[in-house]
Amino acid sequence: MKILIKNGIVVTDEYEKKQDVLVEDGIISHISENCQACADIILDAEGSYVLPGLVDAHCHLRDPGYEYKEDIASGTRSAAMGGFTSVACMPNTNPPADNKTVIRYIIEKANREGVVHVFPIGAMTKGLKGEELAEIGEMKEAGIVGVSDDGFCVENSSVMKKVMLYAGMFDLPVICHCEDTKLAEDGVMNEGELSTRMGLRGKSKASEEIVIARDIILSQRFNVPVHICHVSTALGVEIIRNAKKLGVKVTAETCPHYFTLTEKACEGYNTMAKVNPPLRNEEDIEAIIRGLCDGTIDIIATDHAPHHMDEKNVEFDRAASGMVGFETALPLSYTVLVKTGRMSMCDLVRKMSTKPAEILKIDKGRLIEGKMADITVFNPNIDYIIDTDKFASRSKNSPFHGFPVSGKVTATIVNGKIIVKDGNLVV
Amino acid sequence: MNFCKKDVLGMAELSAEEIALILDTASVMKRVIQGDNKKTNYLRGKTVLILFYENSTRTRVSFELAAKYMGADTVNINVSASSVAKGETLIDTGKTLDSMGTDVIVIRHGMSGAPHLLAKHVNASVINAGDGMHEHPTQALLDMFTIREYYKTLNGLKVAIIGDIYHSRVARSNIIGLARMGAKPVVFGPSTLIPPEIEKMGAEIAPTINDAIHQADVVMGLRMQLERQKSALFPTKAEYAKFFGINQVNLSLAKKHALWMHPGPVNRGVEMTSGVIDGMNSVINEQVTNGVAVRMALLYLLAGRDSKHRENLINLPVREVCV
Repeated sequence: MKILIKNGIVVTDEYEKKQDVLVEDGIISHISENCQACADIILDAEGSYVLPGLVDAHCHLRDPGYEYKEDIASGTRSAAMGGFTSVACMPNTNPPADNKTVIRYIIEKANREGVVHVFPIGAMTKGLKGEELAEIGEMKEAGIVGVSDDGFCVENSSVMKKVMLYAGMFDLPVICHCEDTKLAEDGVMNEGELSTRMGLRGKSKASEEIVIARDIILSQRFNVPVHICHVSTALGVEIIRNAKKLGVKVTAETCPHYFTLTEKACEGYNTMAKVNPPLRNEEDIEAIIRGLCDGTIDIIATDHAPHHMDEKNVEFDRAASGMVGFETALPLSYTVLVKTGRMSMCDLVRKMSTKPAEILKIDKGRLIEGKMADITVFNPNIDYIIDTDKFASRSKNSPFHGFPVSGKVTATIVNGKIIVKDGNLVV
Repeated sequence: MNFCKKDVLGMAELSAEEIALILDTASVMKRVIQGDNKKTNYLRGKTVLILFYENSTRTRVSFELAAKYMGADTVNINVSASSVAKGETLIDTGKTLDSMGTDVIVIRHGMSGAPHLLAKHVNASVINAGDGMHEHPTQALLDMFTIREYYKTLNGLKVAIIGDIYHSRVARSNIIGLARMGAKPVVFGPSTLIPPEIEKMGAEIAPTINDAIHQADVVMGLRMQLERQKSALFPTKAEYAKFFGINQVNLSLAKKHALWMHPGPVNRGVEMTSGVIDGMNSVINEQVTNGVAVRMALLYLLAGRDSKHRENLINLPVREVCV
């Protein structure tokens, strides 16, 4: 089986060049200008970018336990529609992915029903309770690529220190959800003018920043790399920037909603914009974009967090936090970061493919001969309005419905198999 | 001018003209309730449903009497005994009540924005009778009515609002409404109970209680909302009363005939001394009377939207308004 992607512009983290890509039996066999090989399938990528398949280091597939929101079949299809060929899913399932049995379930189900590569992240602590270490070694053997209690913060610094030391032994990335929940004071949105106006309890920026600082200090003191999830504030970016200057082994991620939306999206008690950490202010957006451009923030993750409509069509205080993100991440990032000239396509590929794979230590995120063919074809010339009804995800909870963007994934290839073709799922 | 709104969800959505119309209509209503026969027929055949998810005595009774004086049928929903206790969502409850032909739903809810959610899903008019820490528009309207009745205008008045601003929907609604009508709201309280960036809503933050009260035309105390405070935000009630309480000593800094107000219920000796509550300038009981008039005005403007009598009401002598 041969697939030839013709006339596209190949973008890697290092170069951008008009090249054809030949895939043979699942392997990238040839990347060259004007490739004349015969193929079973020819994809015309004229005017499109041909990227190494995107890698999402942070998503929620909700499987097991919350299949009414999403499962591995629907979630990986949504990922493919967004151009992601590898996704790392968080352990806040039901039961939580804090043991090898659940990890094996996820991997086996992904092999059976998934259409992109699924890399589970294991819990740091039993039951995500932040108290006792989970069986991190057993889970590593079962196939986890990192540990996190995402959704919850390990508030006890002594426990966090043990997680770092122990996970460090197994060479697993330590992925930190940073939030001092006591300081967050049951907040449901950013603390500030709008929370005051709306009469909602606010989560202060300090509640996030203080734990970013703590985890960086623990990382420095105990010499274990840490990865900071979903950075949302300007001071958070600055703390990470300074830590990197001091040589701390810290990496950081942000999500498209933190550089496209402010707290204003919550106006009218719009529960679609309820997310944790909450949407912040203009100055934070600017700081995050600058952090992405200067390398302080290493990657863009989706934090794809599906929720059923019934969990959003309620009072703001009661609504679930989070938004789906697979199918909007690349168009939003392209529109806000690349089309505006703030970064190059190579930079974007680094943030969304090469570097996330590096952080998770998985052999993905490269478009070079000899690798398994995980490829995304992205046409930047298609302008359209985001329509959540068209999402492949089981859930439609996105504040970006009606948002104008540029760029659409037209093809996604995983292990040499075409999953998305002409912008539609074919599996 | 016509009142075209379907709902009254907050002062933020009311223009100065709409506020003036409500207050003018309330003046007529006050004359109605001071007459011998309080009953009018303006809302005959209309149903007003009072849906309270939080405890309340004065606001609930005030709405119920207002509706009854207007000739409407009223239904009180006891939330703990209803299907809400069985886990029904607000939207489902609203649609059920709407399907029974309700004209107005008066809702009080512990969560900010709940009336807004309800209003989006029902055909009935929705009146917010207090939502979480967000707004309590009828309280602000009755406060403004009370102040305006006394001073004939709101423009240029200094209104000191003192106490637990953070948890107070009364403070928020008053700040918005007063600022819109040209008054100068000044807030004061312990800094742990001042919400961030409140000044952007149009209130000045006073550095001391004396600054707040100095030359004020109105001094309004707020109830210390202990039930909403999730952690200790001040050390003791005694310390609170000493540094943040309204008493006759600091009130002497206000203008001589300044009005002393409180939305009730009062924690006597905490936010206000009994001497103030029962004092000469206290209009706390007048506020309660005016509350009924203001709510009658709102029900009339909303449920009577299609009434052909409405245009003439404001100019009608009292006896013609009565049945």
